[in-house]
Amino acid sequence: MSGNTLPLLDTVIRVVYLLAAVTFVLGLHFMRSPVTARRGNLLSASGMACAVVATVVLIVAGQGHGSIVPIAAVALVVGTLIGSASGMIGARRVKMTAIPQLVSLFNAVGGGAAAVVGVVDFVRLNADGALTAGVSVPVVLDVIIGSVTFSGSLIAAGKLQGWVSGAPIKFGGSRLASIVAAAVAVGGGVVVVSNPSAWLLWLVVVAALAFGVLMVLPIGGADMPVVVSLLNAFTGLAVAMAGFVVDNQIMIIAGALVGASGTILTQQMAEAMNRSVMSIMVGGFGTGDTSATDAGASNVMAGVEVRKVSADDVAIQLAYAQKVIIVPGYGLAAAQAQRECGELGKLLTDRGVTVYYAIHPVAGRMPGHMNVLLAEADVPYDQLKEMDEVNPEFDTADVALVVGANDVTNPAARRTGNAISGMPILNVDHARSIIVIKRSLGHGYAGLDNELYGDPKTGMFLADAKKGLAQILAGVKSYVG
Amino acid sequence: MSAQLLSNLALFVLALLVGFEVISKIPATLHTPMMSGANSIHGVVLVGAILIAAVADTPAAYVLTFVAAAFAAMNVVGGYVVTDRMLEMFRTKPKPAPVAAPAAATHDGDVR
Repeated sequence: MSGNTLPLLDTVIRVVYLLAAVTFVLGLHFMRSPVTARRGNLLSASGMACAVVATVVLIVAGQGHGSIVPIAAVALVVGTLIGSASGMIGARRVKMTAIPQLVSLFNAVGGGAAAVVGVVDFVRLNADGALTAGVSVPVVLDVIIGSVTFSGSLIAAGKLQGWVSGAPIKFGGSRLASIVAAAVAVGGGVVVVSNPSAWLLWLVVVAALAFGVLMVLPIGGADMPVVVSLLNAFTGLAVAMAGFVVDNQIMIIAGALVGASGTILTQQMAEAMNRSVMSIMVGGFGTGDTSATDAGASNVMAGVEVRKVSADDVAIQLAYAQKVIIVPGYGLAAAQAQRECGELGKLLTDRGVTVYYAIHPVAGRMPGHMNVLLAEADVPYDQLKEMDEVNPEFDTADVALVVGANDVTNPAARRTGNAISGMPILNVDHARSIIVIKRSLGHGYAGLDNELYGDPKTGMFLADAKKGLAQILAGVKSYVG
Repeated sequence: MSAQLLSNLALFVLALLVGFEVISKIPATLHTPMMSGANSIHGVVLVGAILIAAVADTPAAYVLTFVAAAFAAMNVVGGYVVTDRMLEMFRTKPKPAPVAAPAAATHDGDVR
């Protein structure tokens, strides 16, 4: 495109891209602490705005090629406006509990955009006879990865939203179908590189879209956060590949950053659940089937009576406690009971009770999701304690109130030989008294009985998290007067 | 391989390494906002949509430019806004109300 010395405009734009890349890295860096995180995001957003404006300047100046066709300019502007408006409205209106599916949706369209960019540039260069392997290889990777993330993230969002069943969906030959789709996408991709043709690239798109659907359908709803995170990393890589196609440095840098970060995040999520990314993607476990749970603690509950308690019992205990640790889990998020939970915590705090919230790394639907939910319910940030920080506190806690959490409190994890062995857990059983609010005595996501429920110190309050907490709240108020 | 492709490849690999380093130090508490933040960064694909618009000259290319622009803009705008909304909730609240209230009022001028 250009020789050894770049024209001035090109130089300026490259410098702006470099600055934008710096803001992306710093933005992620600032997200290490809740104090600076918001600033980090704003910094990253302003870098993004600069990169976009610089690119607009580049094409208006017509650097390297003729000036933009009016119809294309209209398509670009109208598309950008519609996309921005819908993104803005979605982001402003979404309920905090629905954030995972919204992120998944944004991820889907990002992947889709990357795939479209690849297809368009391929078709144009192919018509001009100007394709080289340096372009067609990244095009194929971009199109395959982008299409898989587009359809896969849409299915994941559908599962989180409840539009697609959260249960693993398998049908006769579904595994074979996904292998065939993957083979067609990859095989077609190889042929496209060696012998470029536009219709074959479209076949690759279709096969990759089908593979994305078939890949996510058989995975259970509980694993969706890991899947969304993985697809987020995929989109990053697709965007980096698109950057190679259109020879744009900021796309390459930003895409690679996200690809790497998403991979790390995915691993951490899977590790906290004592799972491997591989076993999730291959599917099967985490679906309520029993194959993985036969060994170990499954018989502990047999013959053990659980003690059931009423809302008033719970309220009395809480009202006269010195120190209460609330353990929120998926059940709280699912019942959208964060407000009731926050109110109860505030009432107790006002009464002089020391209140902590024990946040397991995978509480809620994604790591950190529970913090967002509780923050929405105005829970003071300093009451939210991460696992390592809060675990010693259970030894001196009068009451541990478990709201809709299960596997992360199961002492069986400390022993070997069962499905959750080695998973880090909250030491809820160290508290003087334990109350579990739970809809039924059913299994958690690992399909194991929770030994905590058979503990003589444990009282089971069988209720929906939202209604149960409201009853307890009313009870405490009546005692406090 | 052209020199341009090689230098792009170098950028790609180095950015991957930076990504691994930066992310591995983020506390679990902030993982969802972080994931959302990373999600908005790949909205940089909007730059790609602009670049293909610049050379689009067929009806199919116009339509696809429109689709790419709409998708990418939704990703980048929605991503940053929703991340900001999440992080806004992490603001520390003054615990002993009488002492910290005036400090908070002067300290951040944000509209609440």
